[in-house]
Amino acid sequence: MAREQRLAEVFVELADTLVEEFDLVDFLQTLTERAVELIDADSAGLMLDDQRGQLKVVAYTDEPTRILELLELQNDEGPCLDCFATGTQLANIDLGAAQDRWPRFAAAATGAGYAVAHAVPMRLRRQVIGALNLFAHARTPLPDGELAVVQGLADIATIGLLHERAVRDQVVLAEQLQTALQSRILIEQSKGVLSARAGLDVSGAFQLMRTYARRTGQSLTTVAEEIVAGSIGPEQLREVAERR
Amino acid sequence: MPPVRVAGILADLWAASPDGSELAGGLVHGCARALPVSGVGLALMTERGPAGTVAATDGPALELEDLQYTLGEGPCVDASRSGRPVLQPDLAATAPQRWPAFAGGALAAGVAAVFAFPLRVGAIRVGVLDLYRATPGTLDVEQLREALSFADAATLLLLYLQTRTGSTELGPEALTVLDDRGEVHQATGVVSVQAGVGLAEAVALLRARAYAEQRPVGDVARDVLAGTADFTTRQDDR
Repeated sequence: MAREQRLAEVFVELADTLVEEFDLVDFLQTLTERAVELIDADSAGLMLDDQRGQLKVVAYTDEPTRILELLELQNDEGPCLDCFATGTQLANIDLGAAQDRWPRFAAAATGAGYAVAHAVPMRLRRQVIGALNLFAHARTPLPDGELAVVQGLADIATIGLLHERAVRDQVVLAEQLQTALQSRILIEQSKGVLSARAGLDVSGAFQLMRTYARRTGQSLTTVAEEIVAGSIGPEQLREVAERR
Repeated sequence: MPPVRVAGILADLWAASPDGSELAGGLVHGCARALPVSGVGLALMTERGPAGTVAATDGPALELEDLQYTLGEGPCVDASRSGRPVLQPDLAATAPQRWPAFAGGALAAGVAAVFAFPLRVGAIRVGVLDLYRATPGTLDVEQLREALSFADAATLLLLYLQTRTGSTELGPEALTVLDDRGEVHQATGVVSVQAGVGLAEAVALLRARAYAEQRPVGDVARDVLAGTADFTTRQDDR
């Protein structure tokens, strides 16, 4: 498929979710997955302001990336944090040459096999509410304009936060952010439940949940709720995920 | 990165009520003093739905807590059912359409704004913290931060009160259930399956094990995920 066509499809997909009842975590999960698909990157993670003075990881493409993002928060260093603090993009960061800037993060990221990182801010008017990190194994820099695609996706996400236009921005933002943080905790709890029931590690449980959610057209939050409530189990998830 | 403010709030509560009997009352009064609000209410939530007021400051807060649960409608009832905050900076503009029966009582009691924060740790829902104010308008960034810190403290408090085992204290270690690291939440899920209990009880089991072994909850959680700590209940066929 032509790239432009796929790009148009993704924008429509994201815009479509804005019309329905808005699930921020699910939306951001889709955002990370499409960002990785559309540009030359291998994984992505996203952090949001928790309105208590800290950032929290709320979406990621895979478990190792979640841990890398946490490492940024625990050591208070890394591209996501710098991007959030300055509100500006960081493009084509050579992780092999970033030891001075972020000693612990650079070591962990290169140790995980990544060569290049990028970060784009999530800006709501003049306020920065989070940042999206992208990681790539290959040392090839992104061509000009590629990061603009990702910034466009991030901008749609922040617009999505304000879909209830009748209500004041700050009120909606607080309601959405706080709900998203709780949905993320719910997803972590459900990964634990599923891993114990299915005999998988949490990384495998997350993959299974994602595949099931995608194939059934349900939000990750809904699938997580059903797993925790016991209304779906490993058998149903596997049946759908393994269907060809 | 410990949530310093939440730890401070809990330490103050415990200092004012060493025997633990006045923690909920202390929280609503402390919250009302810390923020420019006219009243604060704390309501309990069980798996079967809203379960009544735990503590409230005198006056409109107490009155409106009772009113909402009697009527079965209002911002706090919505927050408790949906698990989403319901922030209503101008009740006169929004409440009559959304909650007709509640609106009359609230406005008559002189309440112009309500901020209802659901108290949850993911799928574990324990209650709602309700802030009532006599003047309309949003909370500013600092006030929101303070309100969220009190909501976090209230979550830990209700979790503690519901699953009190006598072996764990509401000390700094209790705060790790709000830790950003997902390991504790993931391990909570694993333990709930292994022990055949709900998630709230699984948190209590994790905390009790950590307390007994004098280790941080995060360490026990990592052992659970690595398979080196087990909470499986003894089966007849084993």
